[in-house]
Amino acid sequence: MTSFTINGKPVKVDADPKTPLLWVIRDMVGLTGTKFGCGGGFCGACTVHLDGRAVRSCQTQVSAVEGAKVVTIEGLSPNASHPLQKAWIAEEVPQCGYCQSGQIMKAAELLATNPKPSRQQIVTHMDGNICRCGTYNRIIAAVQRAAKGA
Amino acid sequence: MDMTLPTPKLTRRSLLKGIGGMTFSFALATDGTRILSAAAATAAEPAKLSPWVRIAPNGTITILTVTEMGQGSGTSIPLMIAEEMDADWSKVVLDWAPSDSAVYGWPDPKGNRQMAITGSRAVMMYWDDLRTAGAQVRKVLIANAAEKWKVDPKTLKTEPGLVVNPKTGQRLTYGQIAAFGKVPEPLPAVDKSELKTRAQFRLIGKSVPRRDLPAKVQGKAQYAIDVKLPGMAYASALHSPVHGNQPESWNDAEIKALPGVLGTVKLPHGVGVIAETYPQAMAARRALRVAWTKGKTNGFDSVKALDGYEKLLTDASVQPKPVFTHGNVDGAFSGAAKVVKAGYRSDYSYHAQMEPLNAVARFNEAGDRLEVWDGSQDLGRSRELIAKGMGLKEDQVDVHQCYLGGGFGRRSLADYALEAAMAAKAVKRPVKLIWTREEDIAHGMFRPISFQQIEAACDASGKVVGWKHVGIGDDGGASFITGGMRIASYYDLPNQHLELRNVDEGVRVKHWRAVAHNFNLFAIEGMVDQVAASQGMDPVEFRLKNMSVTPKAQRVIEAAAKMANWKAKRPQGRALGLAMSERSGSLGACVVECSLNQKAGALRVHKVWLAIDGGTIVQPVAAKANVESGIVYGLSTALHERVTVREGMVEQSNFNDYTVMRMSDMPEEINIAFVPSDAPPTGLGEIGTPCVMPAIANAFAKLTGKRLYHMPFTPERVTAALKA
Repeated sequence: MTSFTINGKPVKVDADPKTPLLWVIRDMVGLTGTKFGCGGGFCGACTVHLDGRAVRSCQTQVSAVEGAKVVTIEGLSPNASHPLQKAWIAEEVPQCGYCQSGQIMKAAELLATNPKPSRQQIVTHMDGNICRCGTYNRIIAAVQRAAKGA
Repeated sequence: MDMTLPTPKLTRRSLLKGIGGMTFSFALATDGTRILSAAAATAAEPAKLSPWVRIAPNGTITILTVTEMGQGSGTSIPLMIAEEMDADWSKVVLDWAPSDSAVYGWPDPKGNRQMAITGSRAVMMYWDDLRTAGAQVRKVLIANAAEKWKVDPKTLKTEPGLVVNPKTGQRLTYGQIAAFGKVPEPLPAVDKSELKTRAQFRLIGKSVPRRDLPAKVQGKAQYAIDVKLPGMAYASALHSPVHGNQPESWNDAEIKALPGVLGTVKLPHGVGVIAETYPQAMAARRALRVAWTKGKTNGFDSVKALDGYEKLLTDASVQPKPVFTHGNVDGAFSGAAKVVKAGYRSDYSYHAQMEPLNAVARFNEAGDRLEVWDGSQDLGRSRELIAKGMGLKEDQVDVHQCYLGGGFGRRSLADYALEAAMAAKAVKRPVKLIWTREEDIAHGMFRPISFQQIEAACDASGKVVGWKHVGIGDDGGASFITGGMRIASYYDLPNQHLELRNVDEGVRVKHWRAVAHNFNLFAIEGMVDQVAASQGMDPVEFRLKNMSVTPKAQRVIEAAAKMANWKAKRPQGRALGLAMSERSGSLGACVVECSLNQKAGALRVHKVWLAIDGGTIVQPVAAKANVESGIVYGLSTALHERVTVREGMVEQSNFNDYTVMRMSDMPEEINIAFVPSDAPPTGLGEIGTPCVMPAIANAFAKLTGKRLYHMPFTPERVTAALKA
């Protein structure tokens, strides 16, 4: 049994300790906003926060989150009110949308530590997250918009 | 109000009878929209017959839509109905159309209906039918109000969501009419002249936000991979590493003894393992040891094959297939003052849609009805393929649409969904089958490798008067090579001969965002710049003066040159390249600004400008985003993407060795302009893609005086070109 909190709620899961957190979140906890993209830590679609830090949940074994705080896209805000979510809509960022949970979680980590990032800091921080629809420039604009509090 | 698409229903759709309000269960037909009789509508299997439009007495209007993979037509399609209905868009909710092409499809040239959302053609294909349908619904609403008020329907008008009598000031909301209204059979005819003009549009051209955005920033949009059914098991598949081969035997007993494994299933080209959890299914897949049959692709080497294609130009055993011939080509070449000739190569390319292929399948207890959840680019064809593969009739199968985590041409063929159905049958449980990323690449379906040779003949004045283009490629027996060879819509050259010499290597090939337009435009537009350079002419001036450009082409070239400020001096080390784009009726001209790191052989694109004539633009903001996406897809394939096959097997395995564009590769600016037009809409989702490669190659030539003849432009190839 592994115990942790997810989006503020305590959970206990009975999974092989080596099970990637991704599948625990999706199939056992039942939160499907966190996506499977590559399974190898190359694309960032599975990004969640672990004690405030953005991690790839496909590369995180469930045993590593014992007692930790996990936050997924569903826990970022109760009603799409996080500045990044609002900015993502204002800039019409998502296309297919599949990578965007991971993009937003990765960007949220940046703004939590650097509220006014430069364009280059945004690019460096976000470069591990692939968007196959190519929405990158809109992501940059949305992070800048959120940082301005617009 | 929930403005997002509902998640796919886990139970059959409610019967039509019993739904309050007015329902419009029309099928689209080329001679106008045809209503289905009430008897047919209620007798038919409920899952198959959802009304296109349903107006509830509370005013809510439900309109169906089709495939949404990020291109935005999931909103544009119902928007076209709502526009002609004069619906209040804030009262419109969307639902997915069921998997019945005959009712929900667009007309193809053979008179059949298709639900294929491919080739960037969704809006253009549904444009006439759905606006006609919307206008018919509006007429019915007016007729009902007129009957109630005992007035001539011609005296009534509509405002969004209302029928209004301008003389009396009386008003009825669509919801109020739905409470008493009757839907006649047949629906009233609507002449094209009755449809709205551009000046009358309230929704089209107004940048109504896409409906899928709120769900997509909250992780709530439901993709097939997110569907969870009671009692559902999980499956993974291992496919033959050499395409086309079948499993002969595998370590079945060993696999079945692994933790959580429920069973295995022989698939057409692989083995499926079904387990209680997906990690267990993946572990079992890794443990599979399969003996495969051998076939023609064993030993295949894509690099060597492509190197050899040039020889097929003169190989008597290869039958040339004429694609298009016009004028006196031999005469033009024999009388030419100058002939320029070159060959261009292009590698296999993988779709790399972010959501790995997957589907969920469930049989009923009797095993004679099957439901499948699929993020499909062609729901009707998914149903057809799955039914055929399972030995069922189509009306025994329902395929429920889900959002697509990318399509790009891959998801119009549901081989993976058939595998899910086979797995569900094998273990008699609902099954979600997911390909691993490694499987998605190894068993991918690629844009073909190809070689293009073009010869251009110029007269003494420098005008191009003769054009020969031979396309050679691995087209898998389908038409994956010739798209985009035809240039007549932009270069109306007097003497042209286009020809195909196709090869079938046995590698799985498929439509890939703009498909053959990518390598054909690379060759065509590279050649045009080469001819311009041979005459010492500016590429813009050369096209306008010596390429017999059509008026439409002239407009976009001039627009792009103006946007990019073509003649202005560029920063040190940067140069511009120009290329035309053509796809699904749209025409574009693209300019890129590039620089080159000579030491690293690395090209960088700093700015992109693209002027497009795409007819009427239904949702300008979403359309712009879609074109941007096409450009980035083009940049990615121009600079990075390359699948190679060695010893019959795909060499790449994941995003570590199949490189796609990342944020740090992005141009600082992408500028898109739509040339104003009242013409019907044409394709936009792919017009940004094929022009990028030639535009970069042309900028490279401007920077270095050298040419790039093989895409992608990897550092090795750039370095080799510099030494050439």
